[in-house]
Amino acid sequence: MDSSSDLQLTASDTHAIVLTLVSALLAVLVDLAPGVTLAWLLARKQWPGKSLVETLVALPLVLPPVATGLLLLDLLGRNGPLGGALEVVALDIVFTWKAVALAMAVMSFPFIVRGARIAFEAAGDRPEQVASTLGASPLRVLFSVTLPIAWRGITAGAVMAYARALGEFGAVVLVAGNIPGVTATISTTMYNDILTGHDQHALLLAAISIVLAFALILTGEQLLRRALP
Amino acid sequence: MTSRLVLRQVEVALGAFHLAIDVELQPGCVGIFGPSGAGKTTLLEIIAGLRHARKGHIALDENILADTESGKWVPPHLRRIGYVPQDLALFPHLNVHGNILYGAPKTADNSEPSVDSLIEILDLAPLLGRRIAGLSGGERQRVALARALSAKPCLVLLDEPLTGLDQDRKDNVLEYLRQLRQRWAVPMIYISHQADEMADLCDEILVVRDGKLAARGKPADIFEPAERPAWRLRRTLCVSPEHGHVEGT
Repeated sequence: MDSSSDLQLTASDTHAIVLTLVSALLAVLVDLAPGVTLAWLLARKQWPGKSLVETLVALPLVLPPVATGLLLLDLLGRNGPLGGALEVVALDIVFTWKAVALAMAVMSFPFIVRGARIAFEAAGDRPEQVASTLGASPLRVLFSVTLPIAWRGITAGAVMAYARALGEFGAVVLVAGNIPGVTATISTTMYNDILTGHDQHALLLAAISIVLAFALILTGEQLLRRALP
Repeated sequence: MTSRLVLRQVEVALGAFHLAIDVELQPGCVGIFGPSGAGKTTLLEIIAGLRHARKGHIALDENILADTESGKWVPPHLRRIGYVPQDLALFPHLNVHGNILYGAPKTADNSEPSVDSLIEILDLAPLLGRRIAGLSGGERQRVALARALSAKPCLVLLDEPLTGLDQDRKDNVLEYLRQLRQRWAVPMIYISHQADEMADLCDEILVVRDGKLAARGKPADIFEPAERPAWRLRRTLCVSPEHGHVEGT
């Protein structure tokens, strides 16, 4: 890449942008059901081991992303506890696009749980209790009261999780590598550009990231405003 | 609607607080009177099935709702007991009509009170399309009452339904409650620590203090007129400084 082409997007760049957007979306979708369920259990129930689970969920927020990536790599690598099993079913994860989505899912999971938990706690359990006295089964209470009331908080958590996933670097680069046109994301491509002296191109990708972040935050805000009672 | 409620040796322990009640309530409006922390709300939650009793037997007419000896426990959605909590807990994501319809039978049901007659008697027609967030305190109370009654419960539990309202709004909601009672004889258990509300509305009063039934009787036996229209607990039922508990008449 010469300096004149630094301000042009290559096919690899486009791939990196699409991969980042799609992987982040997949990560949030994968996180949503378990994250919201766990948030409800944490907000509403007392159970043995709750504190331990709370700590485990918060770990990706505190650990260096590279450390999380390393743990994932050890877990999913050929000699890892899960890697062997995955090899049996011919499922390759490490250094594929799936590893990108998985690393993003792990890093953004705490945001989903946190957002939903705060929403459940803020709503309290009174509306659910009253719904049950009105003859609603637990399943109807869940879908007609619990989730609709907490919807805004869950969406806010999902938007934050998506934003976190878009910018993920450390865990992705370790578990998925940084292969242009295969597993390189916007962040890892920028890193490559800086290492190879293509600062202008890195800035171009940074500008694209800023536009994406703006669009995402604005969309999230609009969604939340529309959901206001 | 007729509903005889039996609470036999019902016991609940909440930390240091201990509730122990053994009482049989006849259909009508029963008031539970007592100071904050006496166990009134806990008692309602047990009747509604929102809280488990440590011990005891609860039955509504012939239906056993909970019996710790046999292990029977009917979940709240199968009890047909309406509940209006102190904070009302209206559904903020639904409008007024959505709240009222939430528990109404989905199949054709001609029994009273119908949703239409509740809307009429509680003057809710102008509010139906409104969001809950935009309602006044008195309007919210009326929506909560309509929501509880539209499910056609055998018994309605009202936990301090007039708390937080000014006197005009209290009188207004009390009038609606009177009308509901006159028209459909809805059996109610009504919690308050306002003697005048209870003297006005209830057929029988239970005085609960420190988790125990301290006295029961007709409103005139329990309360005496103070400066009209207010009522107050009879002096003989007030806390005895020597014993620290309520004395019966």
